[in-house]
Amino acid sequence: MSIDSIYVHKMWNDNELSKMVEGGVPYAMLSDTGGKVGKIYGVYDEDAGVETRGRFLIDPDGIIQGFEVLTPPVGRNIGETLRQIQAFQLVRESKGSQATPSGWKPGKMTLKPEPGLVGNIWKVWKTDMAFD
Amino acid sequence: MAEEVKAGCARPTGGPVGEKVEEEPQKEAEQKKEETKMIQVGKKAPDFTAPGYKQGKFINEKLSDHLGKWVVLCFYPGDFTFV
Repeated sequence: MSIDSIYVHKMWNDNELSKMVEGGVPYAMLSDTGGKVGKIYGVYDEDAGVETRGRFLIDPDGIIQGFEVLTPPVGRNIGETLRQIQAFQLVRESKGSQATPSGWKPGKMTLKPEPGLVGNIWKVWKTDMAFD
Repeated sequence: MAEEVKAGCARPTGGPVGEKVEEEPQKEAEQKKEETKMIQVGKKAPDFTAPGYKQGKFINEKLSDHLGKWVVLCFYPGDFTFV
């Protein structure tokens, strides 16, 4: 979503993005001229008149599980977004019985929050697990 | 979901996703209050409808039409920049 019109979205997709991604962008490119939606999400920059790089993860119940907002010069890390979705999906499927510690990615161990774990995480989780 | 429509304007529908919103138009002051409310994790996303372009068609998307699925909502400064 950006403040560009749907016509500019079409031109960008048809003339540039479709050269990067076969078939063009597969999801909706939304137009928020005036920044009305950006304002309620807190990502509209009134001075510049554009939306900042906000990314919101919304679960199947419509709950915001996470967000990240960057100023325009720095691009996102799509891998991190996907990792977070995988983690939130795992937690949701476990109905909250599992949690993903720092550095978790698919295949790495999860934690089962319980009283016995308090003060004992150091035994099962090592700091090098925070990194790839 | 996402049917093809004439171009319109993006607008917040005035409530969280999946919750009924009164048809009555909000008073200006109330609307302003709504706009300054902080986004918070663990809370419902503000619902909105917005015109869009998808695979050769102009469409209209409503966030609450996607309840039941995970949604990644991305904002970016402008077309022809990186995302």
